Amino acid sequence: MKNYDIVIIGGGPAGLAAAVSARQSGIDSILILERDKELGGILNQCIHNGFGLHTFKEELTGPEYAQRFIVQAKELDIEYRLNTMVLEVGADKVVTAMNREDGLFLIQAKAVILAMGCRERPRGALNIPGYRPAGIYSAGTAQRLVNMDGYMPGREVVILGSGDIGLIMARRMTLEGAKVKVVAELMPYSGGLKRNIVQCLDDYGIPLKLSHTVVDIKGKERVEGVTLAQVDEKNKPIPGTEEYYACDTLLLSVGLIPENEISRGMGVVMNPVTSGPRVNESLETNLEGVFACGNVLHVHDLVDFVSEEAAAAGRNAAAYVKSGKDGASDAKTPVVAAKNAVDKDTREEMAQQDTGAGSEQEIELVATGGVRYTVPCTIRTSHMEDELKVRFRVGSVYQNCFVSVYFDDERVIHRKKMVFAPAEMEEVKLTKEQILRYPELRRITFRIEE
Amino acid sequence: METRNLTCINCPMGCALTIEMENGEVTSVSGNTCPRGDAYGRKEVTNPTRIVTSTVRVKDGEADMVSVKTAQDIPKGKIFDCVRALKGVEVQAPIHIGDVIISNVAGTGVDIVATRNVER
Ligand SMILES: Cc1cc2nc3c(=O)[nH]c(=O)nc-3n(C[C@H](O)[C@H](O)[C@H](O)COP(=O)(O)OP(=O)(O)OC[C@H]3O[C@@H](n4cnc5c(N)ncnc54)[C@H](O)[C@@H]3O)c2cc1C
Ligand code: SF4
Repeated sequence: MKNYDIVIIGGGPAGLAAAVSARQSGIDSILILERDKELGGILNQCIHNGFGLHTFKEELTGPEYAQRFIVQAKELDIEYRLNTMVLEVGADKVVTAMNREDGLFLIQAKAVILAMGCRERPRGALNIPGYRPAGIYSAGTAQRLVNMDGYMPGREVVILGSGDIGLIMARRMTLEGAKVKVVAELMPYSGGLKRNIVQCLDDYGIPLKLSHTVVDIKGKERVEGVTLAQVDEKNKPIPGTEEYYACDTLLLSVGLIPENEISRGMGVVMNPVTSGPRVNESLETNLEGVFACGNVLHVHDLVDFVSEEAAAAGRNAAAYVKSGKDGASDAKTPVVAAKNAVDKDTREEMAQQDTGAGSEQEIELVATGGVRYTVPCTIRTSHMEDELKVRFRVGSVYQNCFVSVYFDDERVIHRKKMVFAPAEMEEVKLTKEQILRYPELRRITFRIEE
Repeated sequence: METRNLTCINCPMGCALTIEMENGEVTSVSGNTCPRGDAYGRKEVTNPTRIVTSTVRVKDGEADMVSVKTAQDIPKGKIFDCVRALKGVEVQAPIHIGDVIISNVAGTGVDIVATRNVER
């Protein structure tokens, strides 16, 4: 069995950024396992622009953004294997993978980084009545067909769901000569980013019908048309609001779910809200030395944040390996959370706190009052970098409201924002200094307030 | 006086802009979080432009398609001319990021360039 310090599952933007930062944090033995025939993940099919403004200060397309990280990974000589599917990871961090050349093989890792991304919600979960004729695709499948295979799935299109992929595909298919008749969204707000509504629908006069759903699909062999109806507050179709649209294609863009079969199999505890692992400040799961980042942790709309989050996971995994806690080396060295982010004093303090490892109480992060979840879920101050970004999403649209953060019962952050929307990930920065001022702190609560 | 409400699309923040105009001249932009929003607002009401992305076929490559984009943004009204110019275009592998696929597309003065590498 081969041994690596860090094995990364998934070679998308998350896996690549984690690998690069782990190497920069001084780990030589890193392996990326990717089931696809190329690195870059979902970005390879996202040919539209809008990636990387935060990271590179320029607007790149998906493949260009991916290429930047692929080049970095190659320059740093990071080992990767393509066409290699990870089947299973044991709690002992033995990775079982498979490819054509090697067949089934095992790798012992000291630390594992989960970076498997997400997949589209299956259409079975949609509960649309009627037959299952040809011409129904998930938006991501259509994206792959058009952009990678050069195949147009249809000419007259209705899209159910206003997730970003659906919006992007509305524009893409319009430019390719299709007629996109309407986008229907069950919720009273869009599931996609504002700029995608503007640039993909408004620019082409494609109507977006909020609080609408598909109530009937016509056609036995191939889709001939769909009937939309408005829904009430309970998402029940309102009789008399039905409208028929002739079309040969129905695209479903009803959301993404993190791909966590492997994580579940190894006993990682999940957050039911995100369908991703529960992680601490180091993006470490309940299993020591197992980290998660990118869309497998929670669905991101912005790849820049994926890269940033993954870089933190890479640094933390490197620190974990160096600490020798995995049992492979002597467990004497203290954990250094991020070598460039801690000064000497905090390092000593961390070393001290670390001697009582396990005894340190975690601070719990609580999402309530409109905040659906937070990443991370817990904080150990001893392992915290100087600054921690807590990311979260809201449950519905809030205007002119505040995001408030309470340290136990005291409100310490109260920040106003014009719009909070479920489609857009929010973040709040907490500093270590700020938290250390409250030595008894047990609970940090996040909520939206008027 | 005329007021237009737009969403800044320069970054995913998507700030809600309010643009005040008088006789076709922008008098004020508000709601932006950074200067790019101001510039975008002014431009969008006077001379809107877009980056166009698409794909073209590749001969003898490891992939069948190569993704492309306009190297700069082009007038919004030229989007369909640009897409039409790309119809039926086929390029020979290898192709690298930045390679010019069509120069001066649809008379815009802007080139179409490749956005991924396709080796032979
Ligand atoms: C359609 C779409 C449009 C988007 N548009 C934008 C945009 O305009 N701007 C922006 O900034 N962001 C955008 N995003 C978001 C951004 O692209 C994603 O958040 C980002 O790609 C997530 O990176 P990831 O590495 O977590 O996941 P992925 O890119 O999905 O990568 C995961 C990788 O893991 C591999 N994998 C999974 N399971 C296994 C296994 N068992 N064994 C081996 N390998 C495995 C997969 O093959 C894949 O390559 C978009 C996303 C989508 C889906
Ligand atoms: S104004 Fe600035 S921050 Fe706001 S959306 Fe535009 S570019 Fe982004």
